[in-house]
Amino acid sequence: MDLEAVVQDLQSELGPAVLGVERACGEIGVLLAPQRVPAAAQRLQERHGFDLLIALTAVDYWPDEPRFALVYKFYSTSANALFGLRIPVPGTAPEVPTLENVFPNANWHEREVYDMFGVRFAGHSDLRRILMPHDWEGHPLRKDYPLGYEEVQYTFNFDEIDRRKPYATE
Amino acid sequence: MPAPPLEVSFNELKHLVSSRALEGDTLLLNMGPQHPSTHGVLRLLLELEGETVINCIPDIGFLHTGIEKNMEVKNYLQALVMTDRMDYLNNIGNNLVYCLAIEKLVDLDVPPRAQAVRVILTELQRIASHLVWLGTSSLDLAAMSTFLYCFREREIILDIFEMCSGQRMMTSYIRPGGIWRDLPDGFEEAVRQFLRLLPGRLRQYEALLTKNPLFLDRTRKIGVLTAQEALRLGVTGPMLRATGIAFDLRKAQPYSGYDQYDFDVPTATGGDTYDRYLVRMEEMRQSLRIIEQALNRLPGGAFISDNRKFVPPPRA
Repeated sequence: MDLEAVVQDLQSELGPAVLGVERACGEIGVLLAPQRVPAAAQRLQERHGFDLLIALTAVDYWPDEPRFALVYKFYSTSANALFGLRIPVPGTAPEVPTLENVFPNANWHEREVYDMFGVRFAGHSDLRRILMPHDWEGHPLRKDYPLGYEEVQYTFNFDEIDRRKPYATE
Repeated sequence: MPAPPLEVSFNELKHLVSSRALEGDTLLLNMGPQHPSTHGVLRLLLELEGETVINCIPDIGFLHTGIEKNMEVKNYLQALVMTDRMDYLNNIGNNLVYCLAIEKLVDLDVPPRAQAVRVILTELQRIASHLVWLGTSSLDLAAMSTFLYCFREREIILDIFEMCSGQRMMTSYIRPGGIWRDLPDGFEEAVRQFLRLLPGRLRQYEALLTKNPLFLDRTRKIGVLTAQEALRLGVTGPMLRATGIAFDLRKAQPYSGYDQYDFDVPTATGGDTYDRYLVRMEEMRQSLRIIEQALNRLPGGAFISDNRKFVPPPRA
């Protein structure tokens, strides 16, 4: 399958929404404006036979701006080809349209990205946290989220550390 | 101040159940997280119509351990040991994909011997994982004996891993650029003994299950997925192959020299639990074929790359 032709087709179909072409480690993909993600995915699925959404995740480039990049990987089982989309997303009120209507498995992937990075998906049917507890505060995979830890309690300082623990103050 | 509830309350999940459940037409049943067959890993809110599950709302994340967050502060070699701990059934496989990613990023060559050893070990791991699947899922159908037999065979594979890496499960044996150490004495004999043993044992399991009416009743036409649905839901692996799509990454995009080995990709057409059982059973046989070929032409030479930019020098 000629992936360069796919890139050209997306460029002519979506026009200025295609911000660039990315080639790395033998893989190819396009940089795309957030609003056109469902259109691009639909085009890839219907016109080019990419029938499997195999990855949807995010990268946090804090403190750079645009802060996040969403990464989508599509696979075509018939042509044995991989195609990527990369979506720059700003750090303030990050929001991208959902892909749920094109690839239903995006539902959980998007919940995970929301849970871990705090990127919201407009139009998602059930945007709840998926891995963290439902009352959790913050989004753990953001780079400015501290790597938390729990003090180790030994016999000699068990009570002392116990008094400092959050549950002790209730 | 009362502690906040640890689990999602029903009100937050209300929009996911059908209106029939709210009217009392169907039964809502909470299963887990503490249930003998969920092992504490997930909670399911099931909607039942008689004995048929018509809707299921999973609540996952009970085993989420923040491995990605922890990896942020580690270098590539330090983070390797965490890949073992992601999944207790696929330690070697997780080592391998992690190392493959690094090798692809930095363009690191892996010596042929290491490639062959990786194939042998990941295929053994696949068999071990399938044995746990077979054992536990037949245990859930009350076939206690199959469970015990499968774990007996799995233990042999774990012994082989212990021989190589010193650990049964947390192996960390596959390293960026190759493998940790060369194979120990007696490895080949141990694997060959296992290759001789398992085919007969697989026939025994099949004698217990394949035509067993109790097993058939509870697997045939259960959990049917069509090829189209499976693709839309992003299903891969044996579950996808049981719907008739012969997609196997080892054939489609061979890594670690899988293109040198002769093996089939088993498929089935029904897409139900029984077909998935047939596919996985056949996969174990194909894994044995791959291991035998890899063992027969196991190349000599270096077991890890000597690119000192990425691989630590030998200690002695």
